[in-house]
Amino acid sequence: MHAVRAAILIALAGLWELFARTGVFDPFITSSPSRVAATIADLAAAGTLFYHIGVTLMETVLGFAIAVAAGYLIAVLLWLNESARSVFEPYIVVLNALPKIALGPLIIIWMGTGYTAIVFMTVLISVIVCIMNMLAGFVAVDKTKLLLMRSMGAGKAAILSKLVIPASLPAFMNTLKVAVGLAWIGSIMGEYIVSRAGLGYLIVYGGQVFRLDLVMAATFILLVLAGGMYALVALTERLVVGKNRQ
Amino acid sequence: MSLAFEGVSYTYHTPAGETEAVRGLTFEVRDGQFVSLIGPSGCGKSTILSLAAGLIPPSQGKVKRGGGHFGYMLQTDALFPWRTVEQNIFLPLEIKRRNTRGMRENALALAEKYGLKDFLKKTPQQLSGGMRQRVALIRTLAAQPDTLLLDEPFSALDYQTRLAVCDDVHAIIKSERKTALLVTHDISEAIALSDRVIALSARPAAVVGEHDVTFGDGSPKSRRASGEFAAMFETLRGELGI
Ligand SMILES: Nc1ncnc2c1ncn2[C@@H]1O[C@H](COP(=O)(O)OP(=O)(O)OP(=O)(O)O)[C@@H](O)[C@H]1O
Ligand SMILES: [Mg+2]
Repeated sequence: MHAVRAAILIALAGLWELFARTGVFDPFITSSPSRVAATIADLAAAGTLFYHIGVTLMETVLGFAIAVAAGYLIAVLLWLNESARSVFEPYIVVLNALPKIALGPLIIIWMGTGYTAIVFMTVLISVIVCIMNMLAGFVAVDKTKLLLMRSMGAGKAAILSKLVIPASLPAFMNTLKVAVGLAWIGSIMGEYIVSRAGLGYLIVYGGQVFRLDLVMAATFILLVLAGGMYALVALTERLVVGKNRQ
Repeated sequence: MSLAFEGVSYTYHTPAGETEAVRGLTFEVRDGQFVSLIGPSGCGKSTILSLAAGLIPPSQGKVKRGGGHFGYMLQTDALFPWRTVEQNIFLPLEIKRRNTRGMRENALALAEKYGLKDFLKKTPQQLSGGMRQRVALIRTLAAQPDTLLLDEPFSALDYQTRLAVCDDVHAIIKSERKTALLVTHDISEAIALSDRVIALSARPAAVVGEHDVTFGDGSPKSRRASGEFAAMFETLRGELGI
């Protein structure tokens, strides 16, 4: 299985390289694997590669962490207070429907053009889904288990800590997976709108000066980072949720 | 007086409609008494136990609950899959803040008695249905409640285990002078275990027969061996219409 997948990847890269070298593709427009590799090597030699990666990674991870923490907390508060839940639910649904990129200009005016604006954008894009996912996970807790807890005289705090939080662990891991993807969208989109550094900046800059090698190189690095971060979350899920579930 | 229903009715309201589960129910379980409820499937037995546990308020009438702790064994085991068997058994101790060494040892002794000693560190998914039910029973007994509400506690046990666990539970309840309200669909089990058997109508549940069981020396064995057993069995069958 893995061998087949690897073979497909190598074949595609090989064809791309071949077409670019033989002139079937114009490498100025399509770049090529060797040119991408050379560009990455150049960036690394110039010392800017890790700077740009660091900037984007910092924005993404920070935005992701804030969004998940805030989303979880808000979901807990909404679970605790049913009337608040029914009041705020429509707001959340509408906010979820809004394409957050539309808020770009506002965010720049409020937050300036620094990292804060990008992290804020990242949080904004992921937090609503985190709230909705976690709340759905909390509400889906087995009714008989709730009845059991109540029959033992458990209050809201005990029900939350001993039942709802452990029972919704799979929902939490799922939320992490979704939030990782959204966080990357948020940070790159944020960098498109306002930035002086980062992989999104490199892509926009490369596009403006028509250096497709740079665009492809940054995209490739992004692919590796996003894939790696997702794999990390998926691994955590396997370790945490593991076999202790039906 | 430990538990009394006075003209209790209960109706479920759902978006799909209303279901009247209990109608005008009156009965009493005195301190230290063992009372069984028998009734057809879906007649409202679990609803009666939820009312007795105070988890739902009656739509009409009154449920009088005397003092003391209640232990409610639900119809499904509701074991937490993220906890080991041992941690499941200790759950009520944690919640009632009675998680002392003495209470834990008492619960573990019960687990050992019911053949769960080697399974304490396992998760519920690794257990058979009968074992899971025993875990749920021990969890109910762990906090040493004064009144037990048991919803078909033996239904997942094979016949032999069932007889043995029945006798044991009866012995525990009687020796510790606990009060018990048991729901079962097994007429002979009800007669063997109880001081009083109450037969219920089809939904909405109402009392159609009430019998004090006085024969035998009080043990389930002597009850089953008694000549009066068959007569009461037939009477209850008649009342239940089966
Ligand atoms: N939460 C609920 N919401 C709506 N209707 C309910 C609910 N719980 C039970 N009912 C309905 O109330 C009636 C009585 O249910 P209950 O569970 O008390 O019966 P039961 O005698 O315990 O049944 P069984 O013998 O199958 O355990 C049934 O018709 C059931 O569909
Ligand atoms: Mg029932």
